[in-house]
Amino acid sequence: MIWLDTILQGVLLGGLYALFAAGLSLVFGIMRLVNLAHGDLIVFGAYMILIVVSVLGLHPFLAALVAAPVMFVFGWVLQKAVLNRTLGDDILPPLLVTFGLSIVLQNGLLEGFSADSQRISMGALETASVSVGPISAGVLPLMTFASAILVIVALNQLFYRTAIGRAFRATSDDPVTASLMGIRPDRVFATATAIAMLVVTIAALYLGTRANFDPNVGPARLIYAFEAVIIGGLGSLWGTLAGGIIIGVAQTLGAAINPEWQILAGHVAFLLVLLIRPRGLFPRGH
Amino acid sequence: MALLETDGLTARYGDFQALFGVDITLNEGETVAIIGANGAGKTTLMRSITGVLRNEARQIRHKDVEIGHLPADTIMKRGIAMVPEGRKLFPSLTVEENLIIGGQHKGGRDLGDRIDSVLSRFTGGPDPMALAAGHDGMGHWTLETIYALFPILRERRMTPGTALSGGQQQMVAIGRALMSNPDVLLCDEISLGLAPVVIRDIYAALPKIRESGASVIVVEQDISQALAVADRVYCMMEGRITLEGRPDAISRDDIHAAYFGDAA
Ligand SMILES: Nc1ncnc2c1ncn2[C@@H]1O[C@H](COP(=O)(O)OP(=O)(O)OP(=O)(O)O)[C@@H](O)[C@H]1O
Ligand SMILES: [Mg+2]
Repeated sequence: MIWLDTILQGVLLGGLYALFAAGLSLVFGIMRLVNLAHGDLIVFGAYMILIVVSVLGLHPFLAALVAAPVMFVFGWVLQKAVLNRTLGDDILPPLLVTFGLSIVLQNGLLEGFSADSQRISMGALETASVSVGPISAGVLPLMTFASAILVIVALNQLFYRTAIGRAFRATSDDPVTASLMGIRPDRVFATATAIAMLVVTIAALYLGTRANFDPNVGPARLIYAFEAVIIGGLGSLWGTLAGGIIIGVAQTLGAAINPEWQILAGHVAFLLVLLIRPRGLFPRGH
Repeated sequence: MALLETDGLTARYGDFQALFGVDITLNEGETVAIIGANGAGKTTLMRSITGVLRNEARQIRHKDVEIGHLPADTIMKRGIAMVPEGRKLFPSLTVEENLIIGGQHKGGRDLGDRIDSVLSRFTGGPDPMALAAGHDGMGHWTLETIYALFPILRERRMTPGTALSGGQQQMVAIGRALMSNPDVLLCDEISLGLAPVVIRDIYAALPKIRESGASVIVVEQDISQALAVADRVYCMMEGRITLEGRPDAISRDDIHAAYFGDAA
């Protein structure tokens, strides 16, 4: 039974990683942009929620609702003013610029908030749990997982059922021909990044409430998100969830055997999946 | 007043100049064919008109408005639609979605246009809504009338666009361009690589397209096809117009000289 419990914790952890990864996956799928600052943007979002919580005294969920439109506009402007300029045949400029953005964000947060670790308090919710028979799960991890599923369902609906989603797919296929259809690719990209920032806000809510964070935790979180996206198969959001779950389960199983093995086990699982399926579990276009 | 005209149009790819002062005219209701050997610059001319390649404003006029400097999406919203060389269907979209997306942004009233329109008052840049104002994208063509024109597409509507035969893909590309109810339709080599029967089927749609109110430019390598459908023909060679005339007024020898140059 302890194993079952461990696996469940791992699955739920996978939901968190999928949330971290969903925005990354969305942006990569549409404009082939690998955003190295994605983890720092999540941390940035967590600080924004923290400010709203402490200044306005709102519950973290409401604070995230307040932060979301700000993040949306921030994403739009970031893409329009900076990232669109880096897109092209060469994949190096986006990597360099987002790496630079990562450094700017980390140091900006360090200046503004110091290196002290912070936590967004959820009150009683933090320790609440539900049990079914011998297995019990925290309410917060369950909510994280449910949010991941909701985000993926919503993004898939957006992608495959709406006019914006059609424009996303067309632009991702061929931006020049898309422009002949009256689509302006730079606007599509800005919209995509803005929507990714909404997902980032949700990820930030759980990042900030489930564990301590400080200005420098972004890159470490980003690695799990990357691994989830890659073993899930580039461009598939359900694949990203599956990838997140594999890494989460590997980590909790590893930790159950020896607490020092938690991180290592996740990376080993990542490598094993890549050995067996180099294109990931659910590659798009297959 | 010509519906569309180019005036001393030049175009270059980096250091390579592809067009050297091209003047063409398309009048209302006309079908014009552009012929020329590989590399003559026909596609470059199309890419210039549609705004994929940007030019000086005055080099291209549409309904007496200078459009040479405008981006492709604004030009499309003014009512100039393109069937691109190689069809260029979107592989991630079904046949029906490929058609829908052709009309999805017609008329130029999306949020981005509204925002840019307001901003243009401060920046002095082009106002996309004003520039697209004369064309609302309404007209004969809807999903239903496209399916009536090419019935096979209705049967295949849920398949990915790129899973069709070449001829069917060409029908989707034409339908996609018509969905914005353009007043100018540009077709780049719509018969390339297709069997004669299929070419006949596709060209059979042309009269209905003209009836719907579109004036048409077809780029063709097949000279007899071009002469058969066009009111006027232009021949291009090495980035210049070498011949212009009505099909019944130009001789085979004229065409030969214009197509291959005097040396041939
Ligand atoms: N992207 C490009 N970069 C550099 N040169 C180009 C590019 N596209 C076309 N060219 C050159 O410009 C000239 C005109 O090409 P264009 O494609 O317009 O010819 P075309 O008449 O459409 O030929 P085809 O019948 O083969 O389609 C050619 O010499 C071609 O090599
Ligand atoms: Mg060509």
